[in-house]
Amino acid sequence: MKPLHLVPDDVNVPFLKFRKIFYIVSLAMVLVSVGLFLTKGLNFGIDFRGGILVEIKTDGPADIGALRDNLGSLGLGDVSIQEFGEPDDVLIQLQRQDGDEQAQMAALATVTKALGDDVTIRRSELVGPKVGDELKEAGVYSVAISLLLIMIYIWFRFEWQFAVASVVALLHDVLITIGFFVITGVQFDLATLAAVLTVAGYSINDTVVVFDRIREYLRKFRKMDIPDLLDLSINSTLSRTTMTSFTTLLALIALFVFGGEAIRGFTMALIFGIVIGTYSSICVASPLLMVLRLRRKIPEGEETQEAGA
Amino acid sequence: MLYFTKWKAALVLLVCALGVIYAAPNFLPKGTFATDASYLPGKQINLGLDLRGGSHMLLEVDINSVIRERYEALGDTIRSTLREERIRYRPRDAGLNGAEVTVVNSDEVEKARDLIRNVEPDTVMSGEGNNIVVSYTDQARKELVDRAISQSLEVVRRRVDELGTTEPSIQRQGEDRIVVQVPGLDDPSRLRAILGRTAKMNFHLVNEEKTASEARATGLPPGTMILPSADAGDRAAGINEYLIDRRVVVSGDNLVDSQPTFNEGRPVVSFRFDAAGGARFGDMTSKNAGRRLAIILDGEVISAPRINEPILGGNGIITGQFSVQEANDLSLLLRAGALPAPMQILEERSVGPGLGQDSVEAGEIAAILGLVFVVAFMVISYGRFGVYADIALLINLILVLAVMSVLQATLTLPGIAGIVLTVGMAVDANVLIFERIREERNNGRTIINAIDAGYRSAMSTILDANLTTLIAALVLFSFGSGPIKGFAVTLAIGIVTSMFSAIWVTRLLIAVWVKRRRPTELVI
Repeated sequence: MKPLHLVPDDVNVPFLKFRKIFYIVSLAMVLVSVGLFLTKGLNFGIDFRGGILVEIKTDGPADIGALRDNLGSLGLGDVSIQEFGEPDDVLIQLQRQDGDEQAQMAALATVTKALGDDVTIRRSELVGPKVGDELKEAGVYSVAISLLLIMIYIWFRFEWQFAVASVVALLHDVLITIGFFVITGVQFDLATLAAVLTVAGYSINDTVVVFDRIREYLRKFRKMDIPDLLDLSINSTLSRTTMTSFTTLLALIALFVFGGEAIRGFTMALIFGIVIGTYSSICVASPLLMVLRLRRKIPEGEETQEAGA
Repeated sequence: MLYFTKWKAALVLLVCALGVIYAAPNFLPKGTFATDASYLPGKQINLGLDLRGGSHMLLEVDINSVIRERYEALGDTIRSTLREERIRYRPRDAGLNGAEVTVVNSDEVEKARDLIRNVEPDTVMSGEGNNIVVSYTDQARKELVDRAISQSLEVVRRRVDELGTTEPSIQRQGEDRIVVQVPGLDDPSRLRAILGRTAKMNFHLVNEEKTASEARATGLPPGTMILPSADAGDRAAGINEYLIDRRVVVSGDNLVDSQPTFNEGRPVVSFRFDAAGGARFGDMTSKNAGRRLAIILDGEVISAPRINEPILGGNGIITGQFSVQEANDLSLLLRAGALPAPMQILEERSVGPGLGQDSVEAGEIAAILGLVFVVAFMVISYGRFGVYADIALLINLILVLAVMSVLQATLTLPGIAGIVLTVGMAVDANVLIFERIREERNNGRTIINAIDAGYRSAMSTILDANLTTLIAALVLFSFGSGPIKGFAVTLAIGIVTSMFSAIWVTRLLIAVWVKRRRPTELVI
């Protein structure tokens, strides 16, 4: 049996020729994401906002309207009630209560009492204002620190142009993934933050593979024009880039479909981020090297080789 | 060279075998190999609370109240010292910065300072003019806090143990926090109820010169306070608060046992004092027969019976409008002792056993299907080499389970997602190698040469690619909490083990194939 190749061996797409289009598309996506993030904002879950979450299972399909009437009349502020995966599974969320942690506790007690004994409480979470603020802070720190560490690592391993280009690509992916959350309104909680960080790791991984090849070809093909060399590098690694993204997506799709409602937002973020990360390592990171005026350093006395040798 | 020395091949096989041995207990009934030695196989992976069901609570001990209390006591000592020496002073409320007094006559300040200096060790004196502030040294303050936290830990442990669940975990976190994790708890409200209370119980006498509302109108008699009543019977009778003598006649610290029981068909709580407490209680009840005794729990009067006769045995009962559950909880709290300071629940996450089970099943299905998809796709794409990569992938999964069992790492729902993600990403190293081999072959190299060059050139890329992902995983681990940590753990372990399996296991398999079959054509 002849193995199936996603990308033909002799692929030769002139990616650099289209770079202006990629820049415009990417810039537009980033600007829309940042703009929406600043105006509309993320739909933060209780991890970051503080508040109460209760997941219940009812006997038979849940009567969302009745639940809304029941819980809405408790005077606990905004109550969000939605079906969660199954018709008899309901997710109830309460906004952060005024006052300290004691007030949150009291509200949770009120809700469980109002729900009565007819429903099974599958899960209850309470995040007080203090912890919510801390988690938000830790989240910002973790994103910042991982970006910084990754940048330092790349800077050690490559020339500075590579470090800058990979971090720009990384920010591109993270910002657009966040934009995805803003647009879809999918709740942003600790798990989705973890997904965003994983996307960051994946994005850099993808970019590094192409960059490694560029560095190799810079040494190998000393007379080739930089744009041609970049194109050649992208094309040589294209098969790998698509293969790995594809297998990862296969695994993630299984997780998305069968992994249960609780991690659906998380999986969705990963799937979206991996698609964007693959796009950016091909169409954004490498062309950026040109903008950053990547030049080869020519050490004395080394032999040069012709392209295609 | 595509050549394995015997010991190198043996080493790869040994690692794989160890992986199988350490991972195996997870597929056998629990306790198949009972062992306590952490390095021996037999341990199963810890399931996180989100998978096995249970409650996680983050509590904060109100350290300030401990410090304020200590400074109040210190202030009392200082004032009585000054009184003995007939130095006139104006008292100040104790704050968090120290006990404070203002000496009235400026020429007595020096004398006062000399007296106060020796009042308590480990204190420093400050303050300007006639003000004197006495506070603990940083060291003493830290010891104070540490003692309060370790006492709190102890009390929390006793209370949680009373619930009779298995393997609760109670740990200090940071300066003033306690994390309580109780697996397999059906009803978190019970845990909430018993952890949310200080359970400081004291006996005071009710001041019956005035009623509470009269006292409110005309001013409190000296040495008294007004406390609310928590007794439903009182409230039904229109009594909402009591005027209470401040002085503690018997302290709850002297309690040694407490049990829920019934009196005249109603749930009540019995208690027993130690010898000293019993004697004091007997003495007090003899002297104050006919007066009302207030039983005060956390600043509320739970019962205020009249003392009809001396109670000499050191035993008593608390009557009140308790439900059976309340009587149970109250006796539990009294048995476990009072917390040195109030605690607040900052965060609570509880998962019912049903949801945990559903999550495990969903995670298993997703993992198996993800694995099947990837395995099939690798074979379609790389033929024989794909089969080798799939074998490496399975070994990688086994190694992840083995490492997690040995480290006793906790598997959470996001952790399962991490494993599934690893399945997708673990083949990356093989994809890199195989693509490289394909290129080298297309460049006209011989079979062995192409394979060898493929591994060699892909190496630095694999390292770079995996290390960057590892950085993200490690940062996640250090900042994340609970479930997210679980994700970071599986991701990080998966990255490391996949480097081994994807590089060495496939290489060994390919080397054996090349040696045995001497292939003349490289189909990849």
